[in-house]
Amino acid sequence: MSDATTRRDFLKGGVAVVAGVASVAAALEPLRGLDGPPDVDAWLQSHYHEMTPDEKAAAIARLEAAAKAEFGVDITISDPQPEAKTKFAYALNLGVCVGCRKCAYACEAENNTSRAPGKQYIRVLEMNKGGIDLESANHHYDPEQVPQAGKFYMPVQCHQCDHPPCVKVCPVEATWKEPDGIVVVDYDWCIGCRYCEAACPYWARRFNFEKPVIKPEEINPKTGYLSNRPRPAGVMEKCTFCLHRTREGRYPACLEACPTGARAFGNLHDPKSEIRYILEHKRVFVLKEEVGTLPNFFYYFDV
Amino acid sequence: MRDYLSFLGKSVRRAFTGDWRYYAWMTFLTLVILLGLNAYARQLVQGLSVTGMSDQVSWGAYIANFTYLVGIAAAAVMLVIPAYLFKHEALHAVVVLGELLAVAVLVMCLLFVMVDIGRPDRFWHLIPLIGKFNFPGSLLAWDVIALNGYLLLNAHITGYLIYMRWKGETPRKSFYMPFVFLSIAWAISIHTVTAFLLVGLGGRPFWNSAVIPPRFLASAFAAGPGLIVITLQIIRKMSPFKVQDSALFTLRRIITVAMLVNLFFLLSEVFVEFYTGSAHVVSARYLFFGLGDANKLVPWIWLAIGLNVTATALLLSPKTHQLRFLNLACVFAIVGIWIEKGMGLIVPAFVPTPLGEVVEYAPTLNETLVSMGIWAFGALLYTVLVRIAIPIILGTLRKEAA
Repeated sequence: MSDATTRRDFLKGGVAVVAGVASVAAALEPLRGLDGPPDVDAWLQSHYHEMTPDEKAAAIARLEAAAKAEFGVDITISDPQPEAKTKFAYALNLGVCVGCRKCAYACEAENNTSRAPGKQYIRVLEMNKGGIDLESANHHYDPEQVPQAGKFYMPVQCHQCDHPPCVKVCPVEATWKEPDGIVVVDYDWCIGCRYCEAACPYWARRFNFEKPVIKPEEINPKTGYLSNRPRPAGVMEKCTFCLHRTREGRYPACLEACPTGARAFGNLHDPKSEIRYILEHKRVFVLKEEVGTLPNFFYYFDV
Repeated sequence: MRDYLSFLGKSVRRAFTGDWRYYAWMTFLTLVILLGLNAYARQLVQGLSVTGMSDQVSWGAYIANFTYLVGIAAAAVMLVIPAYLFKHEALHAVVVLGELLAVAVLVMCLLFVMVDIGRPDRFWHLIPLIGKFNFPGSLLAWDVIALNGYLLLNAHITGYLIYMRWKGETPRKSFYMPFVFLSIAWAISIHTVTAFLLVGLGGRPFWNSAVIPPRFLASAFAAGPGLIVITLQIIRKMSPFKVQDSALFTLRRIITVAMLVNLFFLLSEVFVEFYTGSAHVVSARYLFFGLGDANKLVPWIWLAIGLNVTATALLLSPKTHQLRFLNLACVFAIVGIWIEKGMGLIVPAFVPTPLGEVVEYAPTLNETLVSMGIWAFGALLYTVLVRIAIPIILGTLRKEAA
């Protein structure tokens, strides 16, 4: 091989390499839109169940600082633990629900869900009296006033099932059922495969297709680690029966907002609770009993 | 070790040299890959909102392509079984090319999963022992093992055979035959697990049917060998590699039987859905006839059925003893099954939602570019693998004698 050919080959190769690198760089140009280099501590953070108390404290400090940087709001992230002899359940009186959606909006405000695009944990269905036919339900009813004649209204949110298909299918155990019955998501562990969203028979899970958008003044600063703290993009979220409230003896936000008293919430292990009274005395039913999920969300009619 | 490095070096050199047709093809693929990479970079920055997916239809083109391609990868077994178990000589000569196709297609499968997840940066959570692996509870965890295992098996078998050939040594049966047998069972398992992943969901009646896993296998064993026929035809046209007609005609018989079985399963499914007429039929009604104004999939599924029926009719007629008709039938089957078990299987399960809401899905341009980029990458990878493998199999590329 003569010097001339090797030199030409070398030049040709060089040109090819430069052209290749340049075109890959051009293709990756949108990556300049990323906010800074990835945070190594966040990236290496362990699963919720495996964090030591120190690691958890560090994670909370990091998340609070991130919220401050992003929204300019001082949020607190608590991590209330489930209490012994507690199992939460919900009952909803379809006879008195008027379909005002106050529960859905209160939930949004409480849980820091994205407003644009809107993510609501509660979907209220308008249905024709005479049957419970989901397929003919109206999801986007918008009359001057509710309730409309001939209709009844059925709010649906996470049923906190005893056999939750969403938990079973998660490939990385990023979602699980707590001892007090609440199904939670570790937002820092979820990989965003959306298998749980496909598995849920109640359409109770939501995915952050992009970073949730909330105005700083609308942020609820009192948050829980496994519930309403600000969520990153690309992960699942869902109703947690407001565990940051309910584990401290308060009612879920949706119940407090309900103007008709259609909602009842309580501890199944407490024989004197309202929820126990309803289960024992009303004709209750669960949605889609045939899928075997054993919900802890009950419906009943009381008229 | 030094041998192996020089093998790799020679392979890389070989991958970058060729005639103008080779350069044109590779340049074309590279351009499509770069377009896909660009679209993916945009998706990484903005999030999956650049796709057509929503909370209502939360899986779309990525998972549809994934499901289809798992079948194509599994179908390599339709070469492996006749070649190794029945000692079919014409197929034995080309079996490595089929296994290499499985390697390239599996890489595509993994890429389609990677682009579908919201947090690809957290992929390490999926690694057994390092992350947290929900095994055996989650079928997706099973699929991670099934797909990566099958990729390793095929990479080992083809890599070992080609490397031995390059060194001019006889491959030792004990080094690859056990893996060949394992790969046969494993091939069936990758597609079964992928089907179980869908059919195990009680909240999605459209998928929750026991006929889907066998139908998956049947359609895979039609589309996969169909794709192998087409690639073999191209290979024998573009390279000195000889592919015997009898290899193609054996594949023709396999495709014919698989197509018939697939159509039968489809018929069974359609019958049960529509004759029963229960509330569960609504997704199938959406797919085949549309629900009011929501009817985006209707023309596609009828096109798919038309292609599949035509392909089957062609395969059954003596016409496909002529290779150009066989090619046509294969192309019809590849495209027909791609529609039927891609978008036609994934999307209707989400329409309507479990609460009865009808929201349609169509892939966006960005999503389409990402998907095309992955297809181009698969084609490029297979081209490179074949370009290296063929001269070694033919004996024209060898380790230089010391």
